[in-house]
Amino acid sequence: MTGRPRSLPAPVAAFVRNTTVRFLTRRLIYSAVVLAGVMVVVFSLVHLVPGDPIRIALGTRYNPEAYEALKVASGLDKPLWRQFFAYFGNAVTGDLGVSFRNGSPVTVNLLDRLPATASLAGIGLVIALLISLPAGIWSALHEGRFSDAIVRISSQFGVSIPDFWMGMLLITLFSSMLGWFPSSGYTAFTEDPVQWLRHVTLPAVTVGIVAGAIMTRYIRAAVLEVVAMGYVRTAKSKGLEPAVVTFRHIVRNSLIPVLTIAGIQLATILGGVIVVEVVFAWPGLGRLVFDSVAARDYPMIQGAVLLIAALFLLINLIVDVLYAVVDPRIRLS
Amino acid sequence: MTTPALSVRDLAVRIGRTRIVDDVSFDVHPGQTLGLVGESGSGKSMTVLAATGLLDAPGAVVTGSSRLALGDVELVGAGERTMRRVHGKTVGFVFQDPSTSLNPLLTLERQITESLQTHRGLTRRTARARAAELLDAVGIPDPDSRLDGYPHQLSGGQRQRVMIAIALACDPQVLIADEPTTALDVTTQSQIIDLVRALQHDMGTAVVWISHDLGVIGQVADDVTVLQKGRAVEQASIMEVYDTPRHSYTRQLLEARPLLGATAPPPAVTDPDVLLTVSNLDVRFTVGSPGGRRTIHAVDDVSFRIDRGSTLGLVGESGSGKSTVAAALTGLVVPHAGQADIAGTDIFTVKRRDVKALRRRIGMVFQDPFSSLNSRNTVGTAIAEPLRVHRRADGSSARRFEVGRLLELVGLPSAFATRYPHELSGGQRQRVSIARALAVEPELLILDESTASLDVSVQAKILGLLQRLQRELNLTYLFIAHDLAVVQQMSHDVLVMQNGRAVEYRPAPELFADPADEYTRRLLDAVPPQRPRAGDVA
Repeated sequence: MTGRPRSLPAPVAAFVRNTTVRFLTRRLIYSAVVLAGVMVVVFSLVHLVPGDPIRIALGTRYNPEAYEALKVASGLDKPLWRQFFAYFGNAVTGDLGVSFRNGSPVTVNLLDRLPATASLAGIGLVIALLISLPAGIWSALHEGRFSDAIVRISSQFGVSIPDFWMGMLLITLFSSMLGWFPSSGYTAFTEDPVQWLRHVTLPAVTVGIVAGAIMTRYIRAAVLEVVAMGYVRTAKSKGLEPAVVTFRHIVRNSLIPVLTIAGIQLATILGGVIVVEVVFAWPGLGRLVFDSVAARDYPMIQGAVLLIAALFLLINLIVDVLYAVVDPRIRLS
Repeated sequence: MTTPALSVRDLAVRIGRTRIVDDVSFDVHPGQTLGLVGESGSGKSMTVLAATGLLDAPGAVVTGSSRLALGDVELVGAGERTMRRVHGKTVGFVFQDPSTSLNPLLTLERQITESLQTHRGLTRRTARARAAELLDAVGIPDPDSRLDGYPHQLSGGQRQRVMIAIALACDPQVLIADEPTTALDVTTQSQIIDLVRALQHDMGTAVVWISHDLGVIGQVADDVTVLQKGRAVEQASIMEVYDTPRHSYTRQLLEARPLLGATAPPPAVTDPDVLLTVSNLDVRFTVGSPGGRRTIHAVDDVSFRIDRGSTLGLVGESGSGKSTVAAALTGLVVPHAGQADIAGTDIFTVKRRDVKALRRRIGMVFQDPFSSLNSRNTVGTAIAEPLRVHRRADGSSARRFEVGRLLELVGLPSAFATRYPHELSGGQRQRVSIARALAVEPELLILDESTASLDVSVQAKILGLLQRLQRELNLTYLFIAHDLAVVQQMSHDVLVMQNGRAVEYRPAPELFADPADEYTRRLLDAVPPQRPRAGDVA
C-alpha cells in the first residue's frame, strides 16, 4: 500500500464542505448549547425560590415521615451536583418528573396540552399572515395614500387593543349574537375535525389579529426598504409587468425580515397566550403554566419552561433553514 | 446626419414651484455618445430619467418632449403600458452602483432573461442561450455556468458587466448609462469604458452617458451637454468643449479637474525630522461567514516613514488595505505584528493611561462629509467636543473663541458655529471635519479619501485648503486616495498598495515620471488622459 492520505469519499466530503450543511450544523450545536443552559436555569429554579418545595408539595398532608419519604423519593436528599445530573439525564430521556398537583408524569401533562396549543398557534399564524402580508405589502406600495393611512391606523388599533377585550368582543358577536361558533372549549382534531375548526376559530382569530397587526407594521417597513433599492429600479427599467416587479423583486426580498418576525410571533403564541386561553377556556400550555404557578407545582413549571424554550429554539432553527432557502448569500457564500 | 435615436426638446421638471430641470434639449444619434456633465444637484440624472420615463420622484411634473425614433414614440406623458414596451426593449439602462442594482436573490440567468422573455417572448431555453451569449460579450468568463450563479459571487466590475448585459439584452436603440463607472476602481473603470465603446460600435447603439467627471466623458463622448442647476449651459462636440469652452462653468469644470502631471506640492521643509515610522505592519482579520471562518491578510509587511511637514500619498484600489493602515494607526484595529513610532512614542504598545495623549497627536478626516458629522449637533458642538475631551480650551468662552478661530482657519465664517450639518454643503461639511480634526493640534493628519465624494470644483478648493494648512501649521499628512492625479498634486512621497502589500514606495516625482512596478503602471494608464479620445470615434 502506498502512503496515500486517507480521505473521505467524495460525496461525504462534498456534504461536509457544503456551506448550507455547515451553517445548519452550527445552528444545531448552538441550539443544543442554549437548551443545556436553559436546563441549568430550570434546575436551579426549585432551589432558588423561597420555601421548601417538599413541604409545599405535601401541603396539609404534611408529617415528618411523609416529608422524609418524599424527599428520598424525589432525590432531594442527594448532593446538588448529583441531583443536577439526575435531572439532566432524566430530562433528555423524556422524564421530567411527576406533578405535585395530580401525581401524573409531567411529560404526559405537557403532551396532553400540545395539540391544543399547536392548533391555536398554527391557525393563529395563518390568520396573522393572511392579514399582514396583503395589508403590509399594499400599504407600502401605496405609501402616503389614503389606503396606506387606513392600514396604518387599523394596525395601530390591532396592536393597542387588549386581547382579552378582542376575545370577548368576538364571543359576543359571533357566539352569543350570531351563534356561529362556540364561545369556549376545545375538541381534538382527531376526534372531530369540524368541531375542532369551530372551536379553534375564535381564539385563533383573536391571536391572529393581534399578531397580524404587529406583523403588518414590520412587513410594511420591510417592503418600503426594498422598494427604495437599486434592483427595483433595475427591474422597472426592464419594462416588466408591475406584478412581476412586485412579487419577484420586491416581496421576495422583503421576506427575510418577515421570516424573523413571523417566527417570533409563532413562538410567542406557542409559549402560551394565557389571557386568550383563559377567555376561551382553551386547554393550552399557557393555562397549564398559569395553574401550575398558582399551585406551586414546580416539576410542572420546570417541564413547561423547558418545553417552551425547546419550541422557541426549534422555530428559530426552522427560520434559519428558511433563510438559507430564500437567500443564496447564506446558502452559498 | 442620421435621424437621432432619441430627441429631447425643452424638457423641464418641476417639483412644486422649483424648476429642477429647465428647458433642456439634446439629440443622440445611433452609434454616438452624448455626455451629460454636471456637478451634484445639476439635474443630470433627473433630466435623463424624466426623458425616458423612469423618474420616480413624488410630485414631479415633466413637460416638453422626448421622442424615440423607433416607432416614433413620445415618452413625456406616455402611459405606463407604452413605457413598459419601451423600457428594456428600446431603451436600456445601466446605473451607478452595481452592488445594489442587481437583485441578490435571483440567479444571473433570471435577471438577464427577464426582459428577453417579456419583450421578445423567447422560451426559457432560447433566452438562456442568448443570456450566455451576452455574458460572453461583456467579458464574463465561463458564461454558461455563471448563469446559475448569484450577484454576490461576482466582483464589482463583473456586476457592472452583468448590468450592461441586462441593458443590452434586447438590442436597444438607446443606452442610458448613469454614472456607470463612478463606484468602480480606475482600472475597472477603463475596462468598462472600453467594453461599452466596443459594444456600441458593434450594435450601433446611441448612448447617453451621465457623469460628473469630464475626464471620463472625454473618453466616451462625441458630443457634450454641460448642465448647471438644471440648465444646459454649453452644448458642443467634445473637442470644442475641451479646446474652446465658451461658458465660464465649463472652464471652471475643466480647470478644477485633477490632472496627472499638472501640479506637484511645494517642497516640504528642508532638513526635516521623521515624525512617523511604520515598520513591518501586518494586520489580519478573521471573518465569520455562514460557511466558516477565514483569515484575511489586510496589510502584509508594510513599512514607511513620513517626515514632519510632508505628505505621504497612500494609493490603492478598493480592498488594497490602505484604509486598514489608517485604522491601525488610530487604534481602530489591533495589528497582528509590526511597530509604529510617532516622534518617540510607540503607537501599538502605548500604555493605557497614555492612549488619550496619543490620540490627540493623530487626527483623522473621513470620506463621507454627510455621515461623519452628527446631524443633531451644531457645527460648534462638533468642533468643541475634542477640545473638551482633551481639555485644550477650558471654559465655555475660551472654547467658543477657539471654535471661531478654527472655523476661520478652514475658510468658514465663525458664525457657522451655530449651524447644523444639514444647512451646509458637502464642501462646507468637509471643512468642518477638518476644523474638528485640527482642534487638538494633531501632529499627523490622516486624510482617508477626504475629497473623494466631493464635486471636482469643491475638491480643488479643499485640496488648496489642505496645502495652505500644511504650510501654515507645518502639518504632516497621510493622504489616502484612489485618484492618482489628486495624490500627485498633494504628495511628496507615494506608497502604492495592492492586496495588502506595498508594491512601490518612492518619492512622488520619481514614481510618476518612471513607475517601476507593473501595477503602478496599470493604475497610471487607467487614469483618463488629459485630452479626449478623439479621432478613433466610430
